[in-house]
Amino acid sequence: MARNPVTWLGSPTFPKAAHAALADTQLRQNLRKATTTIRGKRAGVVAELDDWERLRHAGESIKDDVLANLDTYLLRLEESVTARGGVVHWARDAEEANRIVLDLARAEGADEVVKVKSMATAETGLNEALEAGGVRPVETDLAELIVQLGHDRPSHILVPAIHRNRAEIRDVFRREMADAPASDEPRDLAEAARRHLRRKFLSAKVAISGANFAVADTGSIVVVESEGNGRMCLTLPDTLITVMGIEKLVPTWADLEVFLQLLPRSSTAERMNPYTSVWSGVTPGDGPQKFHLVLLDNGRTATLADTVGRQALRCIRCSACLNVCPVYERTGGQAYGSVYPGPIGAILAPQLVNDPDDEQAASLPYASSLCGACYEVCPVRINIPEVLTHLRSEVVQAKGKRTPEALAMAAAAWMFGDPKRYEAAQRAGSLTRFLARDGKISHLPWPGSKWTSSRDLPAVPKESFRAWWRRNRG
Amino acid sequence: MADARSEILSRVRGALADRPSPAPVVRDYERTRVVDDPLGLLAERVADYQAVVHRVPTAELPARIGECLLARGASTVAVPADVPQPWRVPGVNWLPDEPPVPLTELDGVDGVLTGCAVAIAETGTIVLDAGAAQGRRMLSLVPDYHLCVVRAEQVAVSVPEALARLDPVRPLTFISGPSATSDIELDRVEGVHGPRTLEVLLVSA
Ligand code: SF4
Repeated sequence: MARNPVTWLGSPTFPKAAHAALADTQLRQNLRKATTTIRGKRAGVVAELDDWERLRHAGESIKDDVLANLDTYLLRLEESVTARGGVVHWARDAEEANRIVLDLARAEGADEVVKVKSMATAETGLNEALEAGGVRPVETDLAELIVQLGHDRPSHILVPAIHRNRAEIRDVFRREMADAPASDEPRDLAEAARRHLRRKFLSAKVAISGANFAVADTGSIVVVESEGNGRMCLTLPDTLITVMGIEKLVPTWADLEVFLQLLPRSSTAERMNPYTSVWSGVTPGDGPQKFHLVLLDNGRTATLADTVGRQALRCIRCSACLNVCPVYERTGGQAYGSVYPGPIGAILAPQLVNDPDDEQAASLPYASSLCGACYEVCPVRINIPEVLTHLRSEVVQAKGKRTPEALAMAAAAWMFGDPKRYEAAQRAGSLTRFLARDGKISHLPWPGSKWTSSRDLPAVPKESFRAWWRRNRG
Repeated sequence: MADARSEILSRVRGALADRPSPAPVVRDYERTRVVDDPLGLLAERVADYQAVVHRVPTAELPARIGECLLARGASTVAVPADVPQPWRVPGVNWLPDEPPVPLTELDGVDGVLTGCAVAIAETGTIVLDAGAAQGRRMLSLVPDYHLCVVRAEQVAVSVPEALARLDPVRPLTFISGPSATSDIELDRVEGVHGPRTLEVLLVSA
C-alpha cells in the first residue's frame, strides 16, 4: 500500500525536529505573539455564551452519533447530493482521491484550478499530484498562498503561515508577485493578494474545496471562511470539486445550529466568521453547474476501529487546541512533520498513518506534556490527553519492552502521566538525570532532551510547562 | 477488488464491530435568547465588524439608499431584477441582473444593492438565500461595495432561530461584516476578496 502523505516523507521524529525548531527564536516569537492574541480573544467570545458547555456537550454527542452510524449517514448523504444534481465519488486513500480530482479537472480541459483552503486536500498531497499531472493548483486562501509562494510547509491548521510575521510575508510577496505589496502592513499585504488572485478567480473553470460540514439529510455542504476567496471559488467557476473526509457529516440541518456557534468562536475567536457558504448539489443559473463530491477515507476507518482513538474523528479543525498548547507554541507546527500539527495532530496523524513501523508517526503522541489545556478548549470535547496516553502505550507495546527506545518512552509516559511527577522531575533538575537512574537510557525522547541540550532557552528549564501555562494562559 | 464505495462501507461496518451506542443528543442549550432590543443588538454587532449600519424608518428607505450611494460615489450599481421599484432611486445607473450581467461587467460596477433573507442579531450576521431581492450569489460577491437592506421582521436573535427560518437546499451565504482575514499574525484586518465595504440599512417602522 502507498504511504499516507498525511505526514511528510523524510521528516525527523518529533524529538529531533523539536530540538531544531527550538533554536529558531524568530519562529517562537511569531508564534507566541499570534497565539497569545487569539487565546485572549477566544476566551472573551466564549464567555459571552452562558450555554457554552451545553453546546460543547451537544457537539460531542452529535458527532458521536455520526461516527456510530457512519455507514447510514454516508449513504444518506450520497442519496441527497445525487438527488440534487451532484456526483459522489469514493476514495479509499490519498492516491485514489488525487486521481479522481485530476481526472475531473482534465475532463474539463483545465490547466489551472483555484483552491479553497482544505485540510483534506493538504492531507492527500493533491497539489503535488495535480502538478505532476499538468494541472496548476492556485491556493487562494491568504495563508495558503503565503505557504505556496514561499515554497514552504504549513504549520497550523487554520493559519498555515502562522510561523511567518508580516515582514517575512512581505518578502515572500515581493519575490513572487508581479505587483508587490506597498508595505508590510496587513492591509497592504491583503490588498496585494487581492490583486494577485483577482483575474484567476474571474477566469477559473474549475475550483477545488474542502468541506467543514455536510448535512446528510439535505446534501448541503458548508464551507466556513473569512476572505471571500471561498465564495469566489464556490460561486464563479462552472465546475466545483469538493473533497471531504467521511467524518465531516452532521445528520440534520438543525445540528448546524450547534457547530456554527462552536466553530467560529473556537477558531478565529469571532462571534461569526465573515462568510459561510451552503450549497446543495447544483442550483440552475446560480453558481457551478457541475458539482462533484469526493468522500475520503485515507485512514479514517482504521481510526474509527480504535474505541479510544476514534474520538479524534469528532474534530472540526478549529485549531483551538493548537493555540493553547505550550508544546506547539515552542516548537511550531512543522516539527510535527504533518499537515495536522499540535495536539490534534499528535493524536490524528499517527492514527491516519496506521503503521506501527513508522517511527516519526509513532513519536507524535509524545509531543505533549499532558497538561490538558487542549481538552479544556476543544469544542467537541475530544479527550486528547486520554488518546495520547492510549497511543503511547500502543507504541510501547508494538516496539516490545526491551528496546532502549521503548524503555525511554515508557518512562516518559509514566512521568508525563502524572503532572505532579513531571513537575517535580523538572524542579529536581535535568530530566535526563532523573530518567537515567535505571542505567539503561542514554537519552530521552523529547521533551526531556530539550531541557538539557537546548542552548537558547535560558528561562525555560527553570519553569515547568504547567507553571509556564498557569502564568501565560490567555 | 471491490469498488471503493463498497470497500469503504465495509471498512466502516468492520470498525464499528463493537456497536457503540453513544449517549443521546441533549439539546439543553439556548435555542432562543431574550434580548430587550434585537435590532439594537444587531446594529451594534454588525458595526463591531467594521461594517456601517444605519437605522432607517420605512418611509425614508429610498432616500437613504440614494444618500448612501451618493456618499460612496457609486454611480453604476448592480441590483437583482426583483428589488422593490422604490429602491431604484433616480440619479443612479442601475444594472439589473436580467439578463444575467456578465462577470467581467459585474467586476466593473461601483457596488451592489440587495435585500436579505434573515439576520442574526447575536452574531451580527446577514444571510442571503438567493430569494426575493437577493439574486444570484455572485451579485453580492464581486462588487467591492455591498449595500444591504434588512427589514425588522427578518431579524432573529440567535443562531438556532435563524437556521430554523432558512431552507438549507437554497444556496445560502452568511455574511458577517466585510471580507477579512486573520492570516497575518492571527489579527483580523478587513478587506480581502469579497466586498471590502458592507453597509447595512436596518429598516423598521
Ligand atoms: S481537536 Fe478539538 S480543539 Fe483541536 S482542532 Fe479539533 S475540534 Fe478544535
